[in-house]
Amino acid sequence: MQRGGGHEALRFFLKRIAQFLIVLATTLLGLVAVTFFIGRIVPIDPVIAIVGDRAPPHVYERVRQELGLDLPMIQQFWIYLKKAVTGDFGNSVLTTNPVMTDIANVFPATLELATLGTVIGTLVGIPLGVLAAVKRGTFIDQLVRLLGLVGYSIPIFWLGLMALLLFYAKLGWVAGPGRIDVTYSYLYTPVTGIVLFDTAMQGQWDAFWDAVSHIILPTCLLGYFSLAYISRMTRSFMLNELAQEYVIAARVKGLSEMRVIWRHALRNAAVPLVTVIALSYANLLEGSVLTETVFAWPGLGQYITNSLQNADMNAVLGGTLVIGAVFVLLNLVSDLLYRLLDPRTR
Amino acid sequence: MAGAPSLSQPSGWRAWLLSPEPGSRWQARLGRFYLGWRSFTRNPLAVMGLGVVVLLILVAIFADFIAPYSPVIGGDLRTQRLLPPSETYWFGTDDQARDIFSRVIYGSRITLWVIVLVALIATPIGLLVGTVAGYLGGWVDTVLMRITDIFLAFPRLILALAFVAALGPGIENAVIAIAITSWPPYARIARAETLTIRNSDFIAAVKLQGASTPRIILGHVVPLCLSSLIVRVTLDMAGIILTAAGLGFLGLGAQPPMPEWGAMVATGRNYLIDQWWVAAMPGLAIFVVSLGFNLLGDGLRDVLDPKAAK
Repeated sequence: MQRGGGHEALRFFLKRIAQFLIVLATTLLGLVAVTFFIGRIVPIDPVIAIVGDRAPPHVYERVRQELGLDLPMIQQFWIYLKKAVTGDFGNSVLTTNPVMTDIANVFPATLELATLGTVIGTLVGIPLGVLAAVKRGTFIDQLVRLLGLVGYSIPIFWLGLMALLLFYAKLGWVAGPGRIDVTYSYLYTPVTGIVLFDTAMQGQWDAFWDAVSHIILPTCLLGYFSLAYISRMTRSFMLNELAQEYVIAARVKGLSEMRVIWRHALRNAAVPLVTVIALSYANLLEGSVLTETVFAWPGLGQYITNSLQNADMNAVLGGTLVIGAVFVLLNLVSDLLYRLLDPRTR
Repeated sequence: MAGAPSLSQPSGWRAWLLSPEPGSRWQARLGRFYLGWRSFTRNPLAVMGLGVVVLLILVAIFADFIAPYSPVIGGDLRTQRLLPPSETYWFGTDDQARDIFSRVIYGSRITLWVIVLVALIATPIGLLVGTVAGYLGGWVDTVLMRITDIFLAFPRLILALAFVAALGPGIENAVIAIAITSWPPYARIARAETLTIRNSDFIAAVKLQGASTPRIILGHVVPLCLSSLIVRVTLDMAGIILTAAGLGFLGLGAQPPMPEWGAMVATGRNYLIDQWWVAAMPGLAIFVVSLGFNLLGDGLRDVLDPKAAK
């Protein structure tokens, strides 16, 4: 673009942002609507849950009115929506805290796990995918493909159990379920809620290494699932790039193969890869429900399953909404990033 | 059936199949199928996947003959509980003294049942939403696709979890929950296919003959969308199996004493360290079956989608 290009780009940017916000708003609204709907089809009568089934009719009626259940559906939804926007999902029956407080307490643990998993998946997955694309059709390519397919096919909870059995119970290389041993859990004060960070900042290195020993197995597991996806996508993006003419041009210029692959081809594949990494991060947040159950990891996933087992619908729906919102946000941000980073989509 | 006339000359059936001038529609179809099959069989992994899927179906049908013991009624609790794998109990026994091998065999029925039901519920929904949106266009398209996108943006397992939590645990509710979360991609595909068909001459011709919109959609658009949708559903099977097993593992799918693989792994979790086989064997079954579907889906895509093949 010539002069005025900056203005044009800004307008494009603002338009994208506006579109993004509209999509975000409708999707989140849909999410709230679905959880509201789920909350209504629960066969448990919320009034009876509070007053008991022997309450006289006038008490029953009063509680029903207090809960707003006598209002028309649409009005109920409006109230629910207003509360959801302010982060008020009611109180958890199980812990008696507001659901949002509970979630704020457990979310860092999930974040820690999913982030480290994505880091592992990215650091291992991209080189593997590049290798598979470069050595296309060879044994290495098949091996990477198989690695990915196994990752797609294996039940995460089962692999977690088997890993615990082997590395914790039989070999004793890592610590077992949980986040940190009780012995160390009072040596540091939780500030951010991210144990590795807190212990390191407070110089509690024994506690830090214990936390590392606890986190290594679940993160490697999540890392593997993220790797399966990332390596597969990297391979297909790289194959696409390696067939382009600029690669031939770079080779004709006499650049080393290493430079052609890593500097030229991978660089162009990087833009769609950003999307893939964001998506895999979102998937890991979701996959954490099963992983956390297996590893007794005190995160959002375990919170949801615990609440499920105790029919604590407020907590379940609040957790669903939070994971859903993060998922939606990551999805949309990755989409936005893709459009912003890749000039071809303009 | 249709191949019957050529059976008299066995050496000629290939020539008949590959004939450049097929005499009938059937011959042409079989010929195309044969070509697809030939390119499919060149991929050993895909054939392996097909083998696993066929095996699953056979095992599910003949479970009564294959399983040596009852999947539900256990043996003597004093002497046959938590026995390691042996010649009598190939996969060992569980905490109720039941033969795990028999339970895994019968579990194949539940897995197959879940897959078939989800496919039968989710595919028509996706097909209908997608074709209607694509064919009608305008605001109908916008609204339907917006709803689809909303559902697509949800994390699948979490949404299924919330649904099952509300509906109550059980295999039927798990199926409904998984189906509710699986249709959006199908709607997208059906819409994309419809958009390419919508403006073709034959649709215009049917319209001129006075066919109603439902008739055009159901009779002329839907059949053409089916094949690409079937590939996509096959590719999704592994995901469906894993989601169902995950729900079972969390105690929200099939309820005891049903021999559902995910629920069996959950039981085995209590005996993980000393009696590993209780959790290991059913999990292995989930893995093998979902790997089979993934391999098959991969192979099918290579055959049916020329873009992915080369």
